[in-house]
Amino acid sequence: MLKLNNIFVGNILRNLNLVIDRGECVLITGENGAGKTTLFNTISGIIKLDSGNIILNGQDITNFPYYKRAYWISSVLQDPKAGTIGEMTILENLHLASIRTNDKSKKSIDFFREKLSVLEMNLENRLEEKVKNLSGGQRQALSLIMATSADYELLLLDEITASLDPKNSDTIMKLVEKIICEERKTCLIISHDTNYIGSFKGNMMRLNNGKVEKS
Amino acid sequence: MIAIQEILTSIDVGLIFGIVAIGIYLTFRTINFADLTCDGSFALGASVSATLIVNGANPYLASIISLISGGIAGLLTGILNIKFKIADLLSGIIIAFMLYSVNLRIMGNSPNITFAESDSIFASSCVSFTIFSIILCLTLIIVYLLFSRFGLRLRAIGYNKQFAAISGININSMTIAGVSSSNALIALGGSLFSQYQGFCDISQGFGTLVIGLTSVVIGEKIFSFKKEPLLIFSCVLGSILYRIFINVALHGNSLGIGTQDLNLITGLITIVAMLIRKKYKNA
Repeated sequence: MLKLNNIFVGNILRNLNLVIDRGECVLITGENGAGKTTLFNTISGIIKLDSGNIILNGQDITNFPYYKRAYWISSVLQDPKAGTIGEMTILENLHLASIRTNDKSKKSIDFFREKLSVLEMNLENRLEEKVKNLSGGQRQALSLIMATSADYELLLLDEITASLDPKNSDTIMKLVEKIICEERKTCLIISHDTNYIGSFKGNMMRLNNGKVEKS
Repeated sequence: MIAIQEILTSIDVGLIFGIVAIGIYLTFRTINFADLTCDGSFALGASVSATLIVNGANPYLASIISLISGGIAGLLTGILNIKFKIADLLSGIIIAFMLYSVNLRIMGNSPNITFAESDSIFASSCVSFTIFSIILCLTLIIVYLLFSRFGLRLRAIGYNKQFAAISGININSMTIAGVSSSNALIALGGSLFSQYQGFCDISQGFGTLVIGLTSVVIGEKIFSFKKEPLLIFSCVLGSILYRIFINVALHGNSLGIGTQDLNLITGLITIVAMLIRKKYKNA
């Protein structure tokens, strides 16, 4: 369960309260500048909050630095170029993602191949290829696999289809749905993609005036 | 004409400065940190080992202590940048500036120290073989480290800090570790160079950054290894080539070129290497 209590961040998030039950998936929408990315960065620990607290599965993680939170929170960024390292190979990117787990079986090449095979993009046979050679859609799919290949309690997705064309966007959305169905982990999706909002079946909320409201 | 002996000397010095080039590669390329501590840390390594050797210390021990002293200098630069939020360039300049006084203190307020070659690590065997063995071992260790999980994290913060952050990498600690390791290597280069010369001078570190960067650029341009950690080898090879270029240039007696023109030639080689690199990138 994720609980955000009385969160204040500058003038962007003002007395924000949010509860997401364990295994629940919530979609947060909002206009540009509403503070969606600030909310994402606050939960992942990249931005420090002015006041309030963040509780994840009963543990207060408010004072945990970003690199400690990463062991509980898996994030996928809006720009696939920011969410992967183009100059490194697919395998090196996966190794980096596996820093967040102590489970040795989740650090093996076989495990990575198995995870990548779900994408049906033949990436499992291109492990030594540099990520910069992949398309935007492939990079975002890889980013998603990297986020979910390690242990995590909360999956954070920030506008992950925003920089993709409709076809790739559709592929990524289906992949997200599949992961959510299979993994049953707490998930917070931030998006203003109307296609995605229209097809989303879970709980939807809206970020307005620095607060989260029922949509 | 350049004598064979002069080419061998260029290779020896090039190998020693190869360590410096690797150190500079670690900050400027791997972790993307513009560190100017190197001029000070090179002289620090030289002064520490010269002082210790003159006072009867084992030259290998003196080299290790020089390495550690450089690591501490880098650590301080890293702390200034990360903990006190001073810009990377300025942090390096401040520490290098302060190291000038520290080095003078280490050398007992004397601007230079001379010692017999027989007291250095190059005394007991063939100089070139010793240098080659040391550099090869060090290079292999660094390449191994860069291929390891530690190296992967180090490279990740240079490429993409946002990604590193969400991957659970402590960017601050890794930056400090990177700057510290870099300066440890540069100080070791200074230590070996002073032992090679049997001489240490307070101004020995001036221009270390330019020489190191030029070596890195020459190496990258000429030897384009596909695997990034292997580029470490290109730093050493670039450093050797740089020394040979300098040697060739200094033999231009007919053009009136002399040792007083060393900095001018170094600068010109750097500019040419950079321009070739730029053209190559744009092509």
